[in-house]
Amino acid sequence: MDIGAQEHVATRGTIGILGAGRVGTAIARLAVAAGYRVKIATSKPAADNALIIEIVTPGAEAVDAPEAADSDLVVVAVPLHKYKGVGADMLAGKVVIDAMNYWSVTDGDIADFEADDRSSSEVVAAHLSASRVVKSFNHIGYHEMEPDSAPTGTADRRALALAGDDTDAKEQVAAFIDALGFDVVDAGDLAAGRNYEPGTEVFNGRFNAGELSTKLRGSLVSA
Amino acid sequence: MEIGAYSFGDSQRNADGSLRSTTEAVQNLFAAIKHADAAGLDYFGVGEHHTTTMPASSPGAMIAAAAAATTRIKLGSAASIIGTDDPVRIFQQFATADVISGGGRVEITAGRGSSVETFPLFGHSLEEYDDLYAQKLDLLMTINNSETENVTWSGTVRPALDNLAVVPRPASGKLPIWLATGGNASSSARAGQLGLPVSYGIIGGAPHRFAPLAELYRRSGAAAGHVPESLKVSVGALGFVAPTKKEALERFYPGWHNLNVEMGRLRGWPAPDKRAYLAQADAPGAYYVGSPDEVAERIVHLHGYLGHMRHFLQMDIGGIPQEQLLESITLLATEVKPRVERLLAAK
Repeated sequence: MDIGAQEHVATRGTIGILGAGRVGTAIARLAVAAGYRVKIATSKPAADNALIIEIVTPGAEAVDAPEAADSDLVVVAVPLHKYKGVGADMLAGKVVIDAMNYWSVTDGDIADFEADDRSSSEVVAAHLSASRVVKSFNHIGYHEMEPDSAPTGTADRRALALAGDDTDAKEQVAAFIDALGFDVVDAGDLAAGRNYEPGTEVFNGRFNAGELSTKLRGSLVSA
Repeated sequence: MEIGAYSFGDSQRNADGSLRSTTEAVQNLFAAIKHADAAGLDYFGVGEHHTTTMPASSPGAMIAAAAAATTRIKLGSAASIIGTDDPVRIFQQFATADVISGGGRVEITAGRGSSVETFPLFGHSLEEYDDLYAQKLDLLMTINNSETENVTWSGTVRPALDNLAVVPRPASGKLPIWLATGGNASSSARAGQLGLPVSYGIIGGAPHRFAPLAELYRRSGAAAGHVPESLKVSVGALGFVAPTKKEALERFYPGWHNLNVEMGRLRGWPAPDKRAYLAQADAPGAYYVGSPDEVAERIVHLHGYLGHMRHFLQMDIGGIPQEQLLESITLLATEVKPRVERLLAAK
């Protein structure tokens, strides 16, 4: 079994996760199960997170933020009001998954996200201006991620949308999402990510790929 | 195992769905606590929310009144939103209630709150969210752990205390202070490091998935040098008890529906789906809805994962009729509790 896991490490690559909250740790557990090497960092030193990571996401490694940033894919899942604390320099050139949401009814108003009509990921991407930002994992609850994940080809498999301006980055993220247990639907460019932000039908529901494509197309038509 | 209830004092509804008065809601909550005490329930937790549907805004005042009107039940906040309140005032109110209770029946549960309604109400900035919570928890613990009436503390979110008296002291010396969390791993680690008992609010998903958090809590506590007896876990969850599961499901559903319609209006959710309700109300879902046998078995099942010492249910959501709430409280105290004790003893 260990040998199999090592083969996975060799083939799957490394995932960095910034944020050890409920979303970051759920993605981490799925990624470990899928055979990725997973490195998790927060704003605290790695040693402060070691016990949390050992128990809550066994198989992942607690590291400092620059080491997590130096991965094949980097998931950003920090509380949104702290997004500017995520270092843009260390993520330059990286494929970054923005798993965060702007949800003012629960988190309160944040001025940066009230200023104009941009999707929250466009605001984040303006901060991470040298990164290749893909928006995904936003319309699934952290407590749904593990029970809803299923192997490729499972009937009625749940689908997750992604949005981004970099085609190659989106392909890498799509492969990651599939490996974690979900079908993938391309929602379009990063701005199109607003079609699955809080308040939308997609954000509130649970859909397979066919249904999700239809819902996202519907939003485009009515937009 | 202690068995209890908690409430946000949900307002009753008229037949057309409109809300009845907050006055009636507070009267009902007070009556429910007295009923729970008479029925033999171990614990009752109160508020804090600040909405017309959930008007239990002042746990300290309600608990002080209940302390005088009850004889046995433990009374606590569920939870006190300490970040936007003054820990000096919270401590004084709960210490006063503790004296009134005869000593040893009053507890504080400190939480962040599941919404941010207290920030505009009390004039605090969301940008200070983390600092407010951490510093005010520190102040609350400093006062509670003080050997004398006089307390010295300084921080940035509140004026310093320079050897100032904070009175009265609780009849039992110190108040139990619990840390409430909805499942963020760092909150469990923090509770363990501080040596505070932890209270998990589990409102969705499978409760046994909290097992790693309870382990993290206990190992963090042990690593910080706290003895195992000081590291307690409690669980608050939605639930309802009736003579049969069918009746329990039918009685709890209208309130669940009302609550979700209102939350949906605030948060942009769609109309609630009864299938989601039914799925959560079956093992291993989050809702403890059923006959006394079923609810007792599910509590004991979770105990195998969390080793918790108290399990308490929120039953009066969305305007569930008061008489049905009182019957559920009676069944919880007289039917569920003895079954839980029997099942645990047989393990």
